[in-house]
Amino acid sequence: MSATQPPLNSPQIRRLDPVLAPGHTYASVTDKIASAVLTRPLGLGWLAGFTLTFTAVMVLFISIAWLVIKGVGIWGINIPIGWGFAIVNFVWWIGIGHAGTLISAILYLLNQKWRTSINRFAEAMTLFAVACAGLFPLIHTGRPWMAYYMFPYPSTMGVWPQFRSPLIWDVFAVSTYGTVSLLFWYVGLLPDLATLRDRAKKPWQQYIFGLLSMGWRNSARHWHRYQSAYLLLAGLATPLVLSVHTVVSFDFSVAIVPGWHTTIFPPYFVAGAIYSGFAMVLTLAIPLRKAYGMEDFITMRHLENMAKVMLATGLIVAYGYFIEFFMAYYSGNKFDVFLANQRLHGPYSHFYFALILCNILTPQLLWIEKVRRNVVALFIMSLIINTGMWLERFVIVVISLTRDFMPSAWGRYSPTFWDYSTFIGTLGLFTMLIFLFVRGLPAIAIAEMRELVAHEGHATKDHQ
Amino acid sequence: MTEHRSHLHGVMGEFDTPEQLLAAAKKARDAGYKHFDAFTPFPIEGLSQAIGFRWTAVPLITLIGGIGGGLTGFGLEYWCSAISYPINVAGRPLNSWPAFIPVTFELTVLGASIFAVVGMIALNKLPQPYHPVFNVERFAAASTDKFFLLIEARDPKFDLSGSARFLQEASAKHVSEVKDEE
Repeated sequence: MSATQPPLNSPQIRRLDPVLAPGHTYASVTDKIASAVLTRPLGLGWLAGFTLTFTAVMVLFISIAWLVIKGVGIWGINIPIGWGFAIVNFVWWIGIGHAGTLISAILYLLNQKWRTSINRFAEAMTLFAVACAGLFPLIHTGRPWMAYYMFPYPSTMGVWPQFRSPLIWDVFAVSTYGTVSLLFWYVGLLPDLATLRDRAKKPWQQYIFGLLSMGWRNSARHWHRYQSAYLLLAGLATPLVLSVHTVVSFDFSVAIVPGWHTTIFPPYFVAGAIYSGFAMVLTLAIPLRKAYGMEDFITMRHLENMAKVMLATGLIVAYGYFIEFFMAYYSGNKFDVFLANQRLHGPYSHFYFALILCNILTPQLLWIEKVRRNVVALFIMSLIINTGMWLERFVIVVISLTRDFMPSAWGRYSPTFWDYSTFIGTLGLFTMLIFLFVRGLPAIAIAEMRELVAHEGHATKDHQ
Repeated sequence: MTEHRSHLHGVMGEFDTPEQLLAAAKKARDAGYKHFDAFTPFPIEGLSQAIGFRWTAVPLITLIGGIGGGLTGFGLEYWCSAISYPINVAGRPLNSWPAFIPVTFELTVLGASIFAVVGMIALNKLPQPYHPVFNVERFAAASTDKFFLLIEARDPKFDLSGSARFLQEASAKHVSEVKDEE
């Protein structure tokens, strides 16, 4: 401590924004969050948004129907590019899901209070993103009704899945991830469903929330087991979330294709997943807090913290890009060197430069405090990062497949109308589920917010 | 309606702050009550210890689920690849265990998670749509901002007026009888 340090109450020291705006009581947080589900009328904005996204879901259904009728030939894929948009979108969506688990599990274990108001809808985002992700490999098989072949069941053919293949690991990783995310989400929801049951006025609301809450009665014994289970789930979900994107990266890195066969893939995929996931949380949180007046709960502290996480994970991703080049040149493997050059000078180089712009250059603005605290700038940046992460997967999947070992096996890839319509359809599905979620279930964990009120010490004074 | 008989389930005191409830719970235990429970809008540290509930089987159940899931995963892979349908690929080992780790890991997590959640729900005896405490009208506030202590009628020390007075003396703002309908 030097003598020149300003005193703690000096205006030179910036106060951190609170994680919960002052003046809130147990009842006020409960009312505010529950009313969004129970009493608030459907606004024009919600109806318009829902209609638009529902239309996109219809586009998805039509695209899938056409795919089932005609086969995967309606997409731009062919040999050598067997993995087009479907796998790009799969990796993109599953990566987005990862931030939800990171917020709900890892930040819980690290006792980060600011996770409280964003964990519930981040978990919902995880579930919906995993649903969109899971759809792609399924329809990419071309015969989705045969997908059960991937599970080990005793069949009359007597054969089993190839357990040494990353694609089968992926089946187990993604289905486990979806299941555990759902369990985690439901356990978190249980006390809040009971809160809604107790506050519901309309009989059908009482009936539905009564059914879903299973008779939860806030008993201290229940809470004790609940907290034990929640902590264990957080501990289980933490290695799980890291394993899922690691296994997704194995889909690439276990293959010998140049540009895929690198050991940097698992950590760099996980960092990229968290990077894009936080971007998506911001994309959702910023309009949500505005539309439902939740600025007291999702404060600038949350937005700024998320911006900092994006900056940190963005730098890890940048390191990954750098190491890919470094290893290609350092190894001297002529196929790897050639592929690295293809990224810079090949037919898809504009994608690569757009990726660098979106994922590495733009986020550097987050070093500036004014940008981190500017809601509009953050929102735009979250969209840019999501675009960048999509481009990253495009670069990984497509450039490597178009340029493998022999020039005679080279090819080009261009997506068709149906590639785009399926992708836009899943964007619609994701957004539609979010629209339904914010009106059907508490978008912020109510019981945890009450706990936060107790810890922040607002309760005792303002109470009564 | 006249067919319904109701008998006393217990007596319930309502408190305004977690501190008051915690103090009352400790008092009740010191006074020798055995069958009592507390209801709070959020988990309160030390409360379950105060009502004499320390140990839960949830971690043990989770461990069993995890071990079971892991053994199932590895056993399945070993059995499929080495026993049921062994394929000799250039003399490579049939039990190629490093390649079996990802699925083993995933099923460990899956088993542990499902056991943790189902175990928690089952130990809490949920789903249980009816419970006598719901008959108390003010009890709905247990999920908003009130804290309740229930002394059950089956407790040997229970007597209606004495236990009600006990709760009042422990600074309960409101004391109500909890009726159970049969």
